[in-house]
Amino acid sequence: MHPAFSVILFTVISGAGYGLFILLAAFHLAGIGPAMSHGELLAHGFASLGMITLGLILSTGHLANKKNAWRSFMRFKTSWLSREAVFAVLFYPFAGIYGLGVLLQGSAIGPLPAVAGSIAAVLAVVTLFSTGMIYGCLKTIRQWNTALTPANYIMLGIATGSALFAAIAAAFGNATTMHAGVAMVALVAAAVLKGIYYFWISRVNGPTINTATTFNRATVRLLDTGHTAGTFLTDEFGYDPRKDTIDNIKMGVFLLGFIAPVLVFASILSGAPAGIAWLAAVSSLVGIGMERWLFFAEAKHVVRLYHGAQTCTDSLAEPSRVGPEVAADTRRGDAPRGELGDTPGGSGS
Amino acid sequence: MRLGLVIDMDTCVGCHACAVACKQWNTSGTTGALTDYRPYGEDPSGVWFNRIRHYEVGDYPNNKTVNIPMSCMHCQHADCVNVCPTGASYKRPEDGIVLVDQDKCMGCNYCAWACPYGARELDREDGVMKKCTLCVDRIYDEQLPPEERQPACVITCPAHARFFGDFDDADSEVSRLVRERGGVKQMPELGYKPVNTYLPPRITRPIPTDDVRANKLVSSVKDWVNKMVAR
Repeated sequence: MHPAFSVILFTVISGAGYGLFILLAAFHLAGIGPAMSHGELLAHGFASLGMITLGLILSTGHLANKKNAWRSFMRFKTSWLSREAVFAVLFYPFAGIYGLGVLLQGSAIGPLPAVAGSIAAVLAVVTLFSTGMIYGCLKTIRQWNTALTPANYIMLGIATGSALFAAIAAAFGNATTMHAGVAMVALVAAAVLKGIYYFWISRVNGPTINTATTFNRATVRLLDTGHTAGTFLTDEFGYDPRKDTIDNIKMGVFLLGFIAPVLVFASILSGAPAGIAWLAAVSSLVGIGMERWLFFAEAKHVVRLYHGAQTCTDSLAEPSRVGPEVAADTRRGDAPRGELGDTPGGSGS
Repeated sequence: MRLGLVIDMDTCVGCHACAVACKQWNTSGTTGALTDYRPYGEDPSGVWFNRIRHYEVGDYPNNKTVNIPMSCMHCQHADCVNVCPTGASYKRPEDGIVLVDQDKCMGCNYCAWACPYGARELDREDGVMKKCTLCVDRIYDEQLPPEERQPACVITCPAHARFFGDFDDADSEVSRLVRERGGVKQMPELGYKPVNTYLPPRITRPIPTDDVRANKLVSSVKDWVNKMVAR
């Protein structure tokens, strides 16, 4: 899949914003961790709402017809994209009531803002789930069509949010071992979940060129796609990064997204100044940005089977071999196209 | 009614006439224009509702070229309609045709992601998704003589490899063809229940190829000349 930059930014930034809000609600409303000052509460709140809003605005960047974006609320009944939009907007009034409560009453808010804040936190989780389900529900992309997809979206949002939460708390001199510990646990859990996902998609299976073309009892090879230049389909689904690029980015995901932040929080727990939590927050956001790019780059749409891929995990640049003759064919690939007798075994002599 | 196409992979010669006829009719049809990008440039591209791809099936000497024209399958379980957030994509209950309301589409590409058959293409100029309409502006047009109330691709096919009809009617030509020729569906395992059905190539006697390049004097001289003369 072609990675749309606006969608990567949206899911990473909004995801971290929702994660931050979930952490804020857990610490403030459920009473985990130390009491927070008025200023710190507002900082957490404004940061999370700001990131969520920025992400949602960016998400319209990939729409070809932005003036109809408001219509995306219309199909709540069947579409996860519609559900995401509805939940994302529904989050605001509840978060707003909670925020107003904090603004007017400080840390000791009344029951109404507290209930509204709890509902907003639940809606944040539901929105993250809906975002994941946008991808997870597609039967056409086997790498996405798994329960791991929404699980990853929720866990990565909470992990990046918890790193940010610890960093903002440190800025107010209120960071405790609780902050670093929660962030560490969330990051490790997200890393394990992502690891399971990468393991799973390396052995995913599904439709092949045989079921796509209906010829199930013979080898099938693409002779010609029928077009001379790229099409919408090849632009959107033909994205084929090199294997070593994918491996390098995957390394970056684990190093920047998980290992470096966990090491930062481990050193905070063993006495380093809490302020370096910012390093962890920035590093995890960059790492998860790479993760999101990889999420698209590694997803292979089944329409590629019609463009020459043999299986739904094949790269179009290097489709898997279907027989010895194809291998021989490829070796001759650079030679000028000869007469009929040049094809392997074709001369009959 | 369940309208759709039957495509005969035995007789299709891969001439792309159906794609051209489709483009000609639909570019001025209800969801036109089918925009072309760089039509006179080096790499002309554009929106097509119908694309034909060519495959080699089987291994030499038991191989065969098969041409597969593909357009919207007007699936019974059309996920493209379910995932559409705006309600622009819809499936007509009366005849099963899947259409896009050009006034409602926001161009998010999500329906194209949900379609396994590559039937939907974004028109980058208009910013909306476009797809095969099964010539809905033609098949119901009472101004046309009855025999012309068929999709443009079906009428134009010189090999008579395309058939249009109602799959719910057991006596229709399409139902009879599917029954008699053992019609098959593409990627049935995904569960989209495509309506369009493909007829597999007929099993015929293989044509011997052993003598095609027998070493005769004339062919030997030709081979030698071909090798010597630089092209």
